[in-house]
Amino acid sequence: MTLWRMILTNLRRHRVRTAIGATGIALGVATMLSVVGLLGGAVKMFEQILRNDSQMVVFEKNVSDLFFSNVPVGLAAELEAQPCVKTAQPVLFAVIASPGRSIITCFGIQASDGRLRRGKWLQGGVAGFKDDAVVLGERAAGFLNAKAGGTISLGQGTYGVAGVVRMENGFENGGVFMPLPACQKAFHKDGLCSVITVAIADGHHLSEVRDWIDTNRERFSAMDNDEFSRSYAQFQIIKVTAWVVGGCAFLLGGLSVTNTMILSVFGRIKELAIARVCGFSRGQVARMIFGESLLICAIGTLSGWALSWAVLYGLRAVPQFQGYIEPSLGWAEVASATGLSALTALLGAMYPAWYAARLNPAQALRFE
Amino acid sequence: MNDFSNHMMTQVMVRDVWKSFDGGRIEVLKGVSLEVGQGEVVALCGTSGCGKSTLLNVISGLEEVDRGMVRVAGRDVVEESTRVDLLRRHIGYVFQLHHLMPDLTLAENCLVPIIAAGGHRQEGLARLHELAEATCVTHRLGQRVRELSGGERQRGALVRSLMNDPELLLCDEPTGALDERNRETVFELLLNLVRSRGRTMIMATHDLGLAGRCDRRVRMRDGTIEGEMN
Repeated sequence: MTLWRMILTNLRRHRVRTAIGATGIALGVATMLSVVGLLGGAVKMFEQILRNDSQMVVFEKNVSDLFFSNVPVGLAAELEAQPCVKTAQPVLFAVIASPGRSIITCFGIQASDGRLRRGKWLQGGVAGFKDDAVVLGERAAGFLNAKAGGTISLGQGTYGVAGVVRMENGFENGGVFMPLPACQKAFHKDGLCSVITVAIADGHHLSEVRDWIDTNRERFSAMDNDEFSRSYAQFQIIKVTAWVVGGCAFLLGGLSVTNTMILSVFGRIKELAIARVCGFSRGQVARMIFGESLLICAIGTLSGWALSWAVLYGLRAVPQFQGYIEPSLGWAEVASATGLSALTALLGAMYPAWYAARLNPAQALRFE
Repeated sequence: MNDFSNHMMTQVMVRDVWKSFDGGRIEVLKGVSLEVGQGEVVALCGTSGCGKSTLLNVISGLEEVDRGMVRVAGRDVVEESTRVDLLRRHIGYVFQLHHLMPDLTLAENCLVPIIAAGGHRQEGLARLHELAEATCVTHRLGQRVRELSGGERQRGALVRSLMNDPELLLCDEPTGALDERNRETVFELLLNLVRSRGRTMIMATHDLGLAGRCDRRVRMRDGTIEGEMN
């Protein structure tokens, strides 16, 4: 028999208590991975919207949200005139309402925008995308109950439906693509867009565009997509929120483990004393308690992985959420959650292990 | 007195030991001194509360003394590392209650000292079978403690205390919780195992009949040693 056998025996004889401790950790892991996965997926989808076959994004400096960024559409033409720029596409982001649907993402774009080329056309075609005719994502067409050739009410206006397109991105698939001039008019942003997405010409470098913007348009900023993702405040807030929510869940899981281990120690004070009489050092007693805690957390972590996988892929399978939920979990997130779980195990067992190691065996044997 | 004590070194030396509890309000040992030679079998006699168990606890290092000196096998029982090492390799302890872990088998319980000492499993098993045979519990080794009778449990506790072949066995009323028949059997086993191996034993007991079969009988009263009994 080894120390691990003793640890296993201790856990096995109080199955319910062990299960409660493991459940606390499982919920912590599952919450963290689910929240991080969901919000990470949302950020990734928004990043995809910005990328749109481009490498850079130009936006107004010092705005907290791209919805508030105002960039003159004329800047796109100026950029396209630069040899280092292959294409420059203005995009106006907005949120619009329709009867029965209070929030619909709206993309004001030009007919040449890559989004319309990438999508799979289910009805109509890009030729009709002009004036006051919009193109709907497949899901948007579903909930707006609209078809190509018909009309829909959006905001204060009525628009024709030029087509329905299936987009891979959930936000785009549930959104409305509006000709840029019509969108500017609807949102009182004449001559403006939110961002300009820039594709670099072959043989040129991103820094050339950045330098040109810094030199000629100091009100604006040009960033490559990855840099933008890292620095954009909204993304950072979402990511931090995800980790904070997950961290809180872990805190509760940690308390659950501490409680389990305290009960475990208090429930066998005499046994621990006998172990000391048999020659267990304080370190060995502490290792036994830490071992139990780690094992509980290992069980909890595995269960948490399974639970988060079920939650994420279960939600994705719900018809109402289809397209909006694209879980994005990498090894880094899974490893972080596992590391946090191990840390929780160690922190949660710290007081019980200290208590058990400091027990006076002679007094403990008199304990009733 | 048996043959060993005549020429062997001092196994336990207790000098002017004081021990109190509850912040000094309850004085349990008041200047106790005792010397036990290697191979001696000594009975500590006295009424309940006279300090017998506490004296065994300070000898084993389970209780720290307030003042005075305790030396086992020539080593001062002061440092934690010394105490742990003595309990692992030099001291076996048998209590009035068996204190076996109820959810482990008897064999697993007996192997706990081997785990503590980091001993070799095979050697531990060999020793376990040897001792189990000597105490007639071989057929019970695979059973959980809760399935054993009182006598079997106490014999199991005896096996556990001897697993690391200790030089010194401390017994605190080892037969106190047993009926008459089991009391006699367990004590006889204990005595045989100790004497046949030339080990030292200090046993706290109320039972003057059992004490009479030891080499020496030390009478304790109110935290002091009154003297030797005839």
